[in-house]
Amino acid sequence: MGKIQLITKGFVKENPTFSLLLGMCPTLATTTSAINGMSMGLATVFVLVLSNMAISATAPYIPDKVRIPAYIVIIAAFVTILQLVMQAFTPDIYETLGLFIPLIVVNCIVLGRAEAFANKNSVVDSACDGIGIGIGFTFALTLLGLVREILGSGSAFGYKFIAGDGILVFVLAPGAFMALAYLIVLFKKVTAKKGE
Amino acid sequence: MEYILIIISAIFVNNILLAQFMGICPFLGVSNKLSTAVGMSGAVCFVITLATLVTYLFQYYVLVPLGIEFMQTIAFILIIAALVQMVEIVLKKVSPALYQALGIFLPLITTNCAVLGVALMVVTKEFTYGGEPHMLNLGESVVFAFATSLGFGLAMILFAGLREQIALNKVPKAFKGIPIALVTASILAMAFMGFSGLV
Amino acid sequence: MAVQSSFKNMTLCLFAVCIVSSALLAGVYAITKEPIDAANHAKTNNAIAQVVPEFEGDPVADTIEVAGVKYPYYTVSKAGRPVGYAITSSSVGYGGPVTLMVGITADRVIYNTTVISQSETPGLGAKCVEPEFAGQFKNFDPATKKLTVKKDGGDIDAITASTITSRAYANAVAAAVAVYDAVVSGTDAAEAVTGATAAADCEDGAEDSGNIQEIK
Repeated sequence: MGKIQLITKGFVKENPTFSLLLGMCPTLATTTSAINGMSMGLATVFVLVLSNMAISATAPYIPDKVRIPAYIVIIAAFVTILQLVMQAFTPDIYETLGLFIPLIVVNCIVLGRAEAFANKNSVVDSACDGIGIGIGFTFALTLLGLVREILGSGSAFGYKFIAGDGILVFVLAPGAFMALAYLIVLFKKVTAKKGE
Repeated sequence: MEYILIIISAIFVNNILLAQFMGICPFLGVSNKLSTAVGMSGAVCFVITLATLVTYLFQYYVLVPLGIEFMQTIAFILIIAALVQMVEIVLKKVSPALYQALGIFLPLITTNCAVLGVALMVVTKEFTYGGEPHMLNLGESVVFAFATSLGFGLAMILFAGLREQIALNKVPKAFKGIPIALVTASILAMAFMGFSGLV
Repeated sequence: MAVQSSFKNMTLCLFAVCIVSSALLAGVYAITKEPIDAANHAKTNNAIAQVVPEFEGDPVADTIEVAGVKYPYYTVSKAGRPVGYAITSSSVGYGGPVTLMVGITADRVIYNTTVISQSETPGLGAKCVEPEFAGQFKNFDPATKKLTVKKDGGDIDAITASTITSRAYANAVAAAVAVYDAVVSGTDAAEAVTGATAAADCEDGAEDSGNIQEIK
């Protein structure tokens, strides 16, 4: 597989949210607006790329039986670095995303990529894979955030285009489940047509 | 009185699955059958309570005195991973029957974000039960953790029951599997919204 | 795998991973400590600057205990006299604590308020940060108007469908006024209460002269 393919496959074919249904917790919780969804996605990209690279580089030296705890420590270290950097330079976003930044540690996507890709591929390929899957995730979160923001508060990326409120329920918990359900269905329809 | 408020709030009002979106992976993954949902809920209940107790003590007796709170995430996830391993070993020896019931769910729990989420929540968030905002003490934390896991179990079991019924009905092709489950979860979340304002 | 899963290897490996990660984290922590402090400092200072009149120098931080609760507050001065107090107070909202920075001028009028943190429902209670609601507290004189929502017989228009949040906001502001009274009676104990009002008059004068100087 070429480097370009490694990056683009995460967009549609192996889209972590719409097609693999991984990392659902941050997907539902942080997408109250497009900006929030995008910030969460980019934060995950940071951890995903760095941990993929580190795990790919160290995998030959880690005994098989303790690989999962070792990967978790490596991922947790990068998550903590992200926490510190965000607190220092983007405190507002850090506060908005709150608990879901440290919870990147237990995002199945990150550990999943370590286990399924990074520990058997080269550092460069793992970085590309991380970028690809990460961008796919970011794309999904931004899209879901955008849909919820348009329907729920009548604005897009913070730019308000209708006066008054939207359909409030889309900003709340039930709307998150509903919007995601319909996006997955749409995604299935679109990709199924492409496949024919 | 305060404990009652904590329990009601954690089970119904701030339900960990339907209002806070933590632990969605097992919620969607193992809720096909009622029996597995019960098993998963039991295992989560056990681990969340135990993990919160240990991480709470670790936070206030190790991390804070040493001034290394920034190691929180890494320390907590290690503790949870180690605890899950230990519970698995102990359960195998002490109660093979219980191990049979919960064993297969235990490895999945390390990466259940509800566990790490609750552990982090009790040491970082201010709560407002019974008056002024304050950090929870040990007793309150454990009660909060236990009640949260009961809320997890309640939502999980209700959801599994609904999904078993849905499986018997005709579902549009595109909605089969996860999408219809999400629509169900959405309606369940709406029902739980009715509890808001209770505490 | 190139490395065998012997007990020695496993222990060594996990140990090494933990040591390297901890060292890395300690390094990053040392580097980011200053920017984090600066960011927190800037956040507090921005909040203070929003809620009090123009001042000189740095706000002086202190805490005071009122009715068993410790409140942090900041005194800002101009020309050597305190012109206002920024008080951090919080109250119980719908989704958790609503924490405010409340600025009160030396003549006991609320200059402005700003939300430091809140976790109210988006689209409902979270609207308390918007000027339509928060603006009501601008130049609010607690001596002539009542700091409760209209439903409770006060002068605050509640946010539609979010009475609990509105109440919490008003309560936090009222708590800040109580803190202000405690601070003023405490610091001016030597001058007595009449002295405090006299001082306030002088401050008005000082502020005016300050403005004149600026115009020049």
